[in-house]
This record gives sequence, structure tokens and C-alpha cells, in this order.
Amino acid sequence: MTHPNFRVDVYQNEYLHQGADEVNAIVTVTSGGEAVSSGSTSASAAEVIIVDCSGSMDYPRGKMIAARQATAAAIDALRDGVAFAVIAGTDQARLVYPQQGGLVPADARTRAAAKSAVNGLKAGGGTAIGRWLSLANQLFLGHPNSIKHAILLTDGRNEHETPAALANTLADCEGKFVCDCRGVGTDWEVDELRRVSTALLGTVDIVADPSGLTEDFRKMTDAAMSKAVADVVLRLWTPQGATVKFVKLVAPEVLDLTSRRMTKSQQVGDYPTGSWGQESRDYHVCVGVHPAGVGDVMLAGRVSLVLTGAAGDEVLGQGLVKATWTDDMVLSTRINPEVAHYTGQAELAGAIQEGLEARKAGDLDTATAKLGRAVALATESGNQDTAELLSKVVDIDDPVTGTVRLKAKVSDVDAMTLDTRSTKTSRVRKSSS
Amino acid sequence: MTDESVVDSGAAANACPGCGAETAAGDRFCENCGTDLLLVAGGTPDGAVVPSPRGCVVCGAEIDADGFCTRCGVAQPAVRDRVELDLTGAAGVSDRGLRHHRNEDAMAIRVTADPAGSGRPEHIVAVVCDGVSTSDRPDDASKAAADAAADVLLAAVRAKADLAAATADAVAAAQTAVVDLAGTDGARNAPACTYVSVVVAGDTATVGWVGDSRAYWLGEPESCCLTVDDSWAQRMVASGALTDAEAFADPRSHALIAWLGADAGMVQPHVTTVPLTGPGAVLVCSDGLWNYVPDAEQLADIALPKAGDAPFAVAVELTALAIDRGGHDNVTVVVVPFNPRSGDL
Repeated sequence: MTHPNFRVDVYQNEYLHQGADEVNAIVTVTSGGEAVSSGSTSASAAEVIIVDCSGSMDYPRGKMIAARQATAAAIDALRDGVAFAVIAGTDQARLVYPQQGGLVPADARTRAAAKSAVNGLKAGGGTAIGRWLSLANQLFLGHPNSIKHAILLTDGRNEHETPAALANTLADCEGKFVCDCRGVGTDWEVDELRRVSTALLGTVDIVADPSGLTEDFRKMTDAAMSKAVADVVLRLWTPQGATVKFVKLVAPEVLDLTSRRMTKSQQVGDYPTGSWGQESRDYHVCVGVHPAGVGDVMLAGRVSLVLTGAAGDEVLGQGLVKATWTDDMVLSTRINPEVAHYTGQAELAGAIQEGLEARKAGDLDTATAKLGRAVALATESGNQDTAELLSKVVDIDDPVTGTVRLKAKVSDVDAMTLDTRSTKTSRVRKSSS
Repeated sequence: MTDESVVDSGAAANACPGCGAETAAGDRFCENCGTDLLLVAGGTPDGAVVPSPRGCVVCGAEIDADGFCTRCGVAQPAVRDRVELDLTGAAGVSDRGLRHHRNEDAMAIRVTADPAGSGRPEHIVAVVCDGVSTSDRPDDASKAAADAAADVLLAAVRAKADLAAATADAVAAAQTAVVDLAGTDGARNAPACTYVSVVVAGDTATVGWVGDSRAYWLGEPESCCLTVDDSWAQRMVASGALTDAEAFADPRSHALIAWLGADAGMVQPHVTTVPLTGPGAVLVCSDGLWNYVPDAEQLADIALPKAGDAPFAVAVELTALAIDRGGHDNVTVVVVPFNPRSGDL
């Protein structure tokens, strides 16, 4: 079986001043080439669509209708042969289709039957997201070699199970399937849904207007169908005595993977990356090392993208993170643009989340300072999308210094949209000089 | 390290250095493989690491395919860290020194033997280039420049061309070779290096340079530096603004005002032709040596009279001196002995 080529590029300033003990690098992983684009039908896939059917989905009435239409659109976007199911979520999880249990392969007949079942969905009951995910996890069990993806739609808080129960379920599901989460309306909890998407290596977004759901579901399904390889880990080798300070996904969004390390040996750890289509992601790797002498060169990290499976590990691509100690200040003080950019983007995400948190808590000084810092970072890095979202929450007097005033009135939609999308990063601008 | 054209002692005295086939006296080229029997060439090799069978030089663990230790991560020594050339007619040593992580100097030597079969060298070409460490791939730049220039100069001496013009051509070829390394992604830190070449043909030395690598004449009637640095310090001294001591004490003293590279603008080589009377030696070196021993008379005191028949020993000694005094930079030293040919002129 052939797998896509993974290209690994490392961006860093490998020159460290005497005594420096920290090595930073941005590792750009690009999967692509013909194996992905032509081989998309060869990878078997499984898809579970989870629709919130709690009572609140009827308020406003359009929400349930939009959810049914969106689910139908997602079903239509399934490739022939993809094993799928639809779950209705309340304080329980109910398999809507197929009624006999398990997943069924998509074809004209099963798609029609599934859409007909979805059409009959009615709102009524509570919200227990963990139970929904547990059922999805069970359904996926019979498909160990498929690329497994779930879509989870909710409109409210996880009120009918404890946070601990959800956390337990997430721990069970980690690494089993990828889940993209969508919150419709403004009565759901950004933090809560972000915990789900983070644990399951998916995306989270707000769909404020239910009429946008159909397009969004179709896009998510298309993206899931384009994945060609699952169960890829980022394997990091570090020299003896070194410490991994962090490993973060930094583009397309910020996701800290440090605590997700699966230790292979004292010097080798694996970090999950989920499934890959034809795409490019950036990771920020930070390694603490024992400083060597001026003129010494050390390999501070070897980053490999490894396909793990029953048949053994297969290295899809790799890159080297180096450290060279020098007393040449011109070399050691050079700022690597990629590292600087993503350090800023990670700070940006943190500043937005802390700023919104402070605003909610009524600490307006902290909120103003944090959101002002966010405006400055977004401006400096050319993150237009985030800058625009920020401008709906604060009045900007000076975007460069980040001088802002909190808006007196901010809609829930605007605050939640900013919060949800705070982790989205812009990529490094090509230097024009 | 010895030059690869040195013949195994077990082989026939007139064996081809390229393939070992027997050659007839007076042959210009090997009948078997086409090797030029009158040329001895050597230079800086590619920078590959050849792992020691005993494992990592620090901890003894296995070495990976990229030349790093699989346990402690330490980069293993590269072939290029120390290059020694002991050729008939010229000798050179290029060393990483103590404070740089790699050797960004490069040298190239070409010696043609007297076609009459006397065994004496007829023409000697020596090029030394010093990569600018703040540029990208300075090690590649210096090697590309030295190799390209040496080949142009070799072709010129064989064609009995005008050597001053050939030296300008060699600088142009070196510049092209370095510019070609820059690629298409703009000239943010385009690869760059200095350049100095010497061609000894008959009783003249033709010297060309760009930057602050130097050539010296050591010997009769008077030892002297043959080049004038393209450096900030030299410009200050030349304009009368500062004395030698003041200029070299300034932190900007080593800032180059001319170099080879895509961002170098119009490269204008300095070329000078010097009559040699001798006996003595031409010394070609990077600033890794002359930073410690700038004075021609001092250099001559160390090099003479040994340089005449043991140029390699002199190159080794001068390199060791620079390293003993701090080894702050890469050190490259090429020694070309010159003995006037009394009688056959």
C-alpha cells in the first residue's frame, strides 16, 4: 500500500549564544503528491453524524429544520462505500440510522433511507455530549482500518452529565476518531466544545445563523472524505538529557500537544496528529538542551511523521532541528521569522481567551489590556480575520500599539465567534525584501 | 591526508595516478583512462561526515545517517574540518580552528609539471576563499569559488594566456559560481566569500583578490604583503583617517567592503603582477592566520628557509600557530616555494 509523501521543512535559527539552553523550531509538514489526490478512494472511511435533538433545538424553530437539512447534505457528500451512521443526541444517545445498529456503506439506497430517518427527527430532552460520543466510539469499533470521523452539532451546554463523565469519555475516545464540533446559536459553551474538539483533534466553530449549517456540514464532510491517511504521529527524538518543553500545532490553529506525548523510550515520544489529506500544518517544537561549547554542533531534535499501524511503523518524512553554539552575535541574535510569528500567534490566542474571560468576570482593566495586546499582535502578524473579529468586541484607537476601549455593547455572537476562532492562526507572510 | 594522486609505493614507478595502468615516459595523458599525467590537483573536499567505526567521538554511541550521534546528538567531525595537501610544488592546510562550528574556508591547488620530464613544477595555481559566516552556506560558497577559479587559471597557464586577464576571468568565474548558489528566493543572506589567487609561472606571480584574504611574498629581497584588504580598517588607513593600530582596534575593522556573492554588486578584482627573484615562498592565507601574525617579516622568520623544500611543514606550523593563539577563525594556509632557476633562464 502506498502512502502520501510527507515533506518536512524546519525553520529555525540554529545559532545559539554561549550558554543558551533552549532550541526553538517551526516544523512545516506538507502531505501531498499524487498518492493523496488520486488515492482518495482507496482509503476506507467511516463517518458518524451526531445531531443535537435536545428540546432547545426547537427555539427558534428554524434550528431543528436547519440541522436536518445540514445532516442530509452531509449524507449526500459521503463517498460511495463509506460506512456511516446518524446519532440523535439528547440526555441519551439514540441511533437514528441504521436502526439495526453498526455502520452501513453509503449508496443511493442507504443515503435515501438515512435522510428519511433524519427527516423525522424531533427535538425533546436534554444534553449529554459524552453519551453521544460513547455511542459513536462503539460504532467505530468494527472499523479499525478506516479513517474515522465524526461531526458533532450542539446548541447547548452539557447539562445532563458531569464534567468528569465527559472527561472520562473523551479519554476513551482519544486517538480512536477525529471529531469536528459545531455550536449553533449562542447558548453553548465555547470552552466545553473546545475541550471535545481538542481531545479528538478536530475543529470547533460557531454557526450563529442556522441557515449556514448546510454549507458547513457539506464542507466538513468533503474535508473528511479527502483524508487519505489516519493514525499519523509526530515522533520527536531528542538527545540524552534534553527535555521537551513543548510541542504545539500552530497552523492552521493553535493546539498544544505537549501533554499528549506517548513515550516510546527515554529519548523518543509520539504526539498524535490525526488524519491527513492534502494539506500543510506547522508545529512549534521547543527543546531544552545542555549547552555545549562555542563551535559545537548538536542535533537537538529529529522530527518524523510516522504512520502507526498493525503492520508496523512507517516513516513518511523527517526533518532535523539543530543547535550550533557561536560567539558571533550577528548569528545568534538573528530572529527566525517563523518562530517569532508563531510565538506571537500562540500569545494572540491566549490573550483573546484571557481577555474574554476577564470581560465576562467583570475585570475590565485586564480585559482591555489583554484584548489590546491581541489587537497589536493580530495587526503585527497580518492576521486579518482575527483583527476583524476583535474590532467587534473593542473599539480600536491604535491598532499598532493596541490601544483599545471595550465596546459597551457586544453581541453574544460576536464574543463567542472571537472566542471560538481565537486559535486560528495566519501563516507567515513571505518576506518582501 | 595525502593527495589522491600519490602513487602507492607498490605500484610501478610510472603507473598512472588515476587508474594504475603503466605509462610510458614522456606521455602527456594516460593511454588507459585519460588522466593528465602532468597535473597535480587538490583542494577542499565536500563537507561530508565519515563516521568513525568506533562510534561517536564524545560518547561512543552509534552515528545516524545525518552524521549525528544517536544518543547525545553531537555532530561528528566533518572531513572538511581539517584538510591537508602536500603536493609537489605547493602545500596547504585548512583547519576549522577552535571557535567555529565548521570550516568555511576553502582552498584549491593546481600544479602542472614540466613537460620535459624534469619532475619540477612548471606552473602553480593556488586559490584561497573564506566564506562569510553571516551569509547562507558560506562553506559552499568558498568551495565553489576556489574550485571554479583554479580551473580557469589552470586552463590559462596551459594556454599561455595573459595571466592578469586570466585572473580577472577567474574572479568572474568564482563570482558566477557563488551567485549560482543563491537560488531564486531573493538575496536575503546570499552566499558570500572572499577570494585570493596566486599563479606562479616562470619568474612572476600574478595575484588577484577580493576581500581580506591575503597573499605574501616571504624572502629576498624583502618580505611583504602583496594584497591590500577590502576591509573597513584598510579603507580608513588608506584614506589617512586612522593609523594601522587605531583602525584594527575598531570593532568594525574586519567589516568587508568587497566580496563575492549575489549581493556583492559589481565585483572589481584587484590584480597585480609581481616579479620574483627569490629564493623564498608565496604564502596565500585567510584572515584566520594573519589576524595573529599580520607582519610579513614575522611570517618570513617562521617560514624561511624551510619553505623552500618543506612547504607542507611550514603550512602545518603556521596553522598550529594560529590555533595556539586562539584559533578564533578558520585557518587556511597555502605555501608555494619559489627557487630561482639559475642557469636555465
